[in-house]
Amino acid sequence: MLGEGMLKGLAETAENFAGSFVSKERMTTVQYPEERIAPIENTRDFPFLIFDGTDPLAGLRCVACQICEKECPPKCIYITKSTDKKPDFVGKPQNYPTRFDIDISVCMSCQICVEVCPFEAIKMDTQFELSTTDRFGGLLLDRDQLSRSNEYYNEIHPTEAAEVDARLAEEKVKAEAKAKAAAEAAAAKAAAAAAAPPAVTAPPKEPIAKEPGA
Amino acid sequence: MSFVAKLDQIFVLLQHWIAGFFPLWLQPLVMIVLGVIAIVAAFPGIFALTTVLERKGLGRIQNRLGPNRVGPLGILQPVADGIKSLTKEDIVPLSADAIVHFLAPLVLVVAVFLGFAVLPIGRNMVLVNLDAGLLFFFAIGASTELSIFMAGWSSRNKYSLLGAMRAVAQMISYEVPLLLSSVVVVMITGSLSTVKIVEAQSGFTGFLPHWYVFTPWGFAGFALFVVAALAETNRSPFDLPEGESELVAGYFTEYSGFKFALFFLGEYLGMFSIAGFAITLFLGGWGAPFSFLEFVPSWAWFFLKLLGAIAFFIWLRGTMPRLRQDQLMNFAWKFMLPMALLNLVVAGAWRFLGEGPLGGWVRWIICSLVLLTAYVLLGRVLMRNQNLGPRSYRYAD
Amino acid sequence: MIFGFSILFLLTAVVTVAGALAAALLKNLVHCALSLTVTFAGLALLYLELGAQFIGFAQILVYIGAVAILVVFAILLTRGAGVPEYRGYSSSWFFGLVIAAATFALLAWAVVKSLPASLVSATPAVSVQSIGTALMSSYVLPLEIVAVLLTVALIGAVIVAMPEGKASSEKGGPQ
Repeated sequence: MLGEGMLKGLAETAENFAGSFVSKERMTTVQYPEERIAPIENTRDFPFLIFDGTDPLAGLRCVACQICEKECPPKCIYITKSTDKKPDFVGKPQNYPTRFDIDISVCMSCQICVEVCPFEAIKMDTQFELSTTDRFGGLLLDRDQLSRSNEYYNEIHPTEAAEVDARLAEEKVKAEAKAKAAAEAAAAKAAAAAAAPPAVTAPPKEPIAKEPGA
Repeated sequence: MSFVAKLDQIFVLLQHWIAGFFPLWLQPLVMIVLGVIAIVAAFPGIFALTTVLERKGLGRIQNRLGPNRVGPLGILQPVADGIKSLTKEDIVPLSADAIVHFLAPLVLVVAVFLGFAVLPIGRNMVLVNLDAGLLFFFAIGASTELSIFMAGWSSRNKYSLLGAMRAVAQMISYEVPLLLSSVVVVMITGSLSTVKIVEAQSGFTGFLPHWYVFTPWGFAGFALFVVAALAETNRSPFDLPEGESELVAGYFTEYSGFKFALFFLGEYLGMFSIAGFAITLFLGGWGAPFSFLEFVPSWAWFFLKLLGAIAFFIWLRGTMPRLRQDQLMNFAWKFMLPMALLNLVVAGAWRFLGEGPLGGWVRWIICSLVLLTAYVLLGRVLMRNQNLGPRSYRYAD
Repeated sequence: MIFGFSILFLLTAVVTVAGALAAALLKNLVHCALSLTVTFAGLALLYLELGAQFIGFAQILVYIGAVAILVVFAILLTRGAGVPEYRGYSSSWFFGLVIAAATFALLAWAVVKSLPASLVSATPAVSVQSIGTALMSSYVLPLEIVAVLLTVALIGAVIVAMPEGKASSEKGGPQ
């Protein structure tokens, strides 16, 4: 009969209206900004740089290879490579970025920079409340603003961070095994050479400074 | 006068008291001016309240809270809205017709305010007791269509014009059932004056009132009047002319700032005046629903009924999807018009059966049966051509 | 009282005549239609001043609410709302003036002739009820003929606007 569906609809909305006073869990909205809905784990907003340990400059994983700068579609990453080197987490001396700026008013959160980074140095952050009154300078984040520790990364993306840490630890073990094998081979060669004329042999290559923790 | 009677007539007494301060030759003018001031103060106040109630009501229907930041429970939201609309830049398109563009909201608001002049808000509380009050109201309602057309045309915007055309077509189509369903009341009462119509409904049988809505023809007339009133004021589900997802804002796309606020005001005030008329014609105006509740003042009953009508309109808005233009027209011409004409016949039959031997409950049964049968049959005819099923797409399968 | 007319009548008359003149002289057609609406409103006010409530409100309802809308729809659906490029005065304005003056003279003579010799002081109170009774008893034939005329016009409008039944259903597919 004409009008039946309308009456059913009216009854349902009346139920919604009355129920909204009685049960709070019917509500699909929260009183922002006093309460917030927790975002899911794979949320991504803008990139950040990871450093291991406590010193952002010494532990920065980024080696300024500039792959992310080239791959970024809107070209919002600006990198200046350093002229000197510092050792990375396996001890190998690497460059580092003296300037690493991301323009987050341009960044489209495509995550391509994260996907192409060979050093697990840049990951996606979950912060979105980045409004500022400075329209241009305030939205250009520099290297110090972008650096966050590995502990922070573990907090915001636990499963991803665990996987990355496992992979990095594995590589470190392999690198150390390789270095030990190289050291033994060199020591064997030195012993063989020492049996021969007692020439001064170069000491085996060793990592200069060990990264505490990994 | 007893206390109850004094409370009932408090505004009239206030009006006479203030007019007493003026010389005798000025008194009629002062009385009229005071009445006008009361209307201009009361109904925009209700408009402000309605905007907040609507947003909160719609919010709770949609499982969310409405605005609740400005003032306790968001009551002061209309103040914020008013300040916003007053301080926004008034943009007039370069190629728009400046004079007509400026006059359109004015014509609307003036026409709508004029409609309140014949609304009996309480006992002895009508601004002008016109002999042809009902005709005056419908005449003024017809003038609002002109302002909508002016708004749509002067904006030089094809979407505005389209929205205006649709709105005018809709309003013209629904004026016919609106007028016919109110003619029933005029037939039975024998007068076009709103005051006499309310007085004719003020008796009680036992404790039940004599409202026209409690008769078969009155109920059908009330239903038809309410649907036509929704369509006249472009209110959901008939808000195609101003549907945001269809035509941006329809005929008031090019209006900003205070002119937009005036259109909004005019639309809502039109809704109030037509709801007030539905109450006057069918729901007994300022009469109490039960005879033991007569101590509540008459103006309080009117405003309570008005709030109930507004709540119902908000409820409908939150429930129903929008009607398409052709569905609108079909409904008006193929369903509502025959029902309204049949209602006229049934009301006449009711009146003359009441005097003959078939009076009493027999005429109730006859009239109700005729109306119900017609409703079911017309409903079937209306729904006959609908192929409501899952759509099949030519290329997507 | 100026010239024997009340101020209210003079104001209303000025508005009505101004509207009518504007409707004849303005260039933009929609402006002309809107000034014609002002003329209708002025006429309604004149009826109300004379105490004819029913016909005053019927004038508003019918003329402003329906005829004015009809006029603007007709303008928009036929030629659009462009401003014409030519000047609005034709070359045969003299003959137009002569014909207009002749019509005015005829109408003025009819109006003056119909005024009674001595104006009655008390106008008969015509209520809506007496209009209704008169329509149903002495004027029922004109009422029915007008109703038939309106029905014929409605049917004619529907026929003119109806789509060509068979042709469109073959071309357009299921609709």
